This record gives sequence, C-alpha cells and structure tokens, in this order.
Amino acid sequence: MTSGLWELVLKGIWTTVQLLVLSGLLAAAVSFTVGIARTHRLRIVRFLAGFYTEVFRGTSALIMIFWVFFVLPPAFGWQLVPLWAGTLALGLTYGAYGSEIVRGALDAVDPAQVEGGVALSFTPWQRLRLILLPQAVPEMIPPFSNLLVELLKGTALVSVMGMGDLAFSGNLVRLALQESAEIYTYILLIYFVIAFLLTRLMRGLEKRLKAGVGRVPEPGVSQRELRRPETTGVGGGAA
Amino acid sequence: MNWDWSAVGDFMPHFWDGLLITLQALVLGSLISFALGLVWALLMRTPSRWVRWPVGVVTEFVRNTPLLVQLFFLFYVLPEWGLTLSAMTTGVVAIGLHYSTYTMQVYRAGIEGVPAGQWEAATALNLPVTRTWTAVILPQAIRRVVPALGNYVISMLKDTPMLMAITVLEMLGEARLFSQQNFQFTEPLTVIGVAFILISYPASLLMRALERRLVR
Repeated sequence: MTSGLWELVLKGIWTTVQLLVLSGLLAAAVSFTVGIARTHRLRIVRFLAGFYTEVFRGTSALIMIFWVFFVLPPAFGWQLVPLWAGTLALGLTYGAYGSEIVRGALDAVDPAQVEGGVALSFTPWQRLRLILLPQAVPEMIPPFSNLLVELLKGTALVSVMGMGDLAFSGNLVRLALQESAEIYTYILLIYFVIAFLLTRLMRGLEKRLKAGVGRVPEPGVSQRELRRPETTGVGGGAA
Repeated sequence: MNWDWSAVGDFMPHFWDGLLITLQALVLGSLISFALGLVWALLMRTPSRWVRWPVGVVTEFVRNTPLLVQLFFLFYVLPEWGLTLSAMTTGVVAIGLHYSTYTMQVYRAGIEGVPAGQWEAATALNLPVTRTWTAVILPQAIRRVVPALGNYVISMLKDTPMLMAITVLEMLGEARLFSQQNFQFTEPLTVIGVAFILISYPASLLMRALERRLVR
C-alpha cells in the first residue's frame, strides 16, 4: 500500500471519529430526554416517549439513514450535509436504545430514595438531579459502553451513502489495488482498536463514577447478559 | 410532502419479493448463529487455555467490528482465496457468524445460571460427560435463554438491510432499485420502514411474554 492510500484511510478514520462523537452526543441527549420522559407522572408524556422508542428501535438504522438522505430533502425542502444527516439518523436510532438503558437504571434505584426526597420536600427536579441521577448514572455505564461500540459499528453504515468514512476508504483502496484481503484486514483491525479504546475509556469512567457514590464495579457480567433489555438491532448487539 | 399511493401499489410486488429474501436470510442466519454460538460457548468451557484463548480473541474481534465491513471482507476476499459463494450465501454466513458471537454470551449466561446442585447430582449419578450436557445442563440452560435468543433474532432482522450492500435484493435492495428506476424515494422507503416496525414490534412483545413464562 502506498502512502497516498494510507492518507485516504487516515481521512476515513477522522470522518468515522467525528461521526462517532457527534452521533454519540446526540444519542446521549436523546437517551436522557426520552428515558426520563418515560418515568414522567403524566401518562401522555410516557406514551409519547414510549412511542418514540418503539418506532426508532423498530426500524433498521440503515433504513433510517436512507430515509434521512432521500425522503427528508424532497419532503421538507432542505438537504443536510452528509455528516449531519448521518449524525441525525444514527443519533436518533441509538438514542432510542439508550433511552431504555436510562429508564431501566432509573427504575432500578431503590424507591425509598425517592420517598426520602419527598419527605424532605424536594421538588421533582431536585429529586431527579440530586437523588436519582447520581445513583442511576454509574449503573448505566456498562450498558452504555456496549451501546457505544454498537454505535461505532453503526457508523460504517454511512459508507453505503458514499460518505468517506473508514469502511468507504476500504472500498476505495480495494478498487485502487484490485486486492482486498490486506486492506479489509487493516480496516477491521482499526475498528477493533477503536472499540477497545472506547471500552477502556468507559471502564475508567465507571470506576470514577462508582467511587463517587461509594461502590465498586461488579467484576462479572454473566447474570446481566440475560436480563439486558433489547439489543441494538441497528448494529445488532449487546446493549 | 406529496404521497403517491399508486407508487405504493407499483412497489408492492417488489416488496413481497424482498420480504421473502429478508425472511430467508433471517431464518438461515439465525440457525447458523444458534448452532455456532453453542459451539463457541462449549469451546469456552474446555479446560485447555489453548482452546479458550483463541476462541475468545476471535469472537471478541468479530463482535467488535462492523458487520458491514465483515460482509465486504467475505464478499471480496473469499473469491480471491478461490471460494466463490453467491451474494446471498455470503450474507447469510456473515450474519450467522457475527451473531454467533452474541448468542455465545447468551448460552454462557444460561449455562452459568444452571444451579451447581445439578452438576453435583450428575456427578453423583455417575453420568458420562455427554449425558450430563445433553440430558441435564443444556435442556435447563436453553430454556432460560430462549427469549434472549429471540431478541437477537429481532436484531438480526434489523441488520438484514445491510445485505443490500453486497447486491442481495432484500427489502431495502428492492426499494432502492425501485426508487432509482422510478425516481420515487419516499413511498418505497417508508413502506419498508413501516414493515420493519410492524414485524419487529409484535415480535419483541412476544419475546417479553416468553420471558415472563420461561425465565423465573
């Protein structure tokens, strides 16, 4: 492989990382908004949030991407830059999976904690901010870590739309060299390394957050496997 | 927004063709992932670390890399190595292999969930290893994991559109072909999007009901 082709791959990595960070932020915002809305006391808010989750978890991420690229522009008369279109499709889809994580963690907080907040006449917002979230967020980190890896795998989907991410650069190199074993092996390895770094990062974060509420991370994941909600169909996998 | 019902009517025959291919890929991919996942899970329990370690690394690698790139890898590299499979076969193998690394974890959790007393009873009854597995451990383990496996089937369904990227004409492939021939993108893409929700939502409700019945 020549240095020019490596440059192509580097550009691909950069696009993938940008897309990962942007859609990750959007997905986190959606997860918390929708996840908290699902514990709201008004039935209509809960219903709308649940509807959102089911719709976006129900379809495939690739179909969402096609929809944002092809249906949105003529229907609403504006066209998004590919990076933002990809961010929107991935963020909304993975946010729906994330909202289930947030809801599950909020439900798992001991109800006595909330009752304690009521007894101290905290407002609902104070209860959420000072009691529920500090205890729930550390529990969300392991499933969010899995979801983040799924999101990384999901970013490869934008290459179908011709966006120059890592998977797309692999296709370009294949066309240039007429040889595919080497480049695809490299591409897979690069994805694996990024996924590994993400997992490490999230583990460190979990440790810090759990130390903040006086707990230690659980070593085993085996029992959690069976109980986790649904997996991210978009990229498959462990949510 | 202009919605054209006649385009929906024109698309429907292609939709049914695509749905058939999607379901075929889903069934075959599920079968491969169920079988291969069990093989991985059992290999991970062998006493020799020379088996466990490579299996662990390979499955971890497959699980943490995008299915799309794996599809490209199999589709373009296998012919270079002298093994030419049809696009559909490649796709089914890729999906089955990818998801086997997930089902493997499900099986593992199921096996670990079997109470230790069951193992001890099998030893006390002097059952050979194969009988212990086939008659005592696996029947209990698999019953507990059926809903979790079902959830992965739903995930697989939502990943089948990726097969379009290697020229398989499943639902999304048909929709794209139709759109490009008729310059109507809104209707076919929306139809298949709704179809996915209509299939996967009841399926996930079914899995939740199964979970209540089977997992105690």
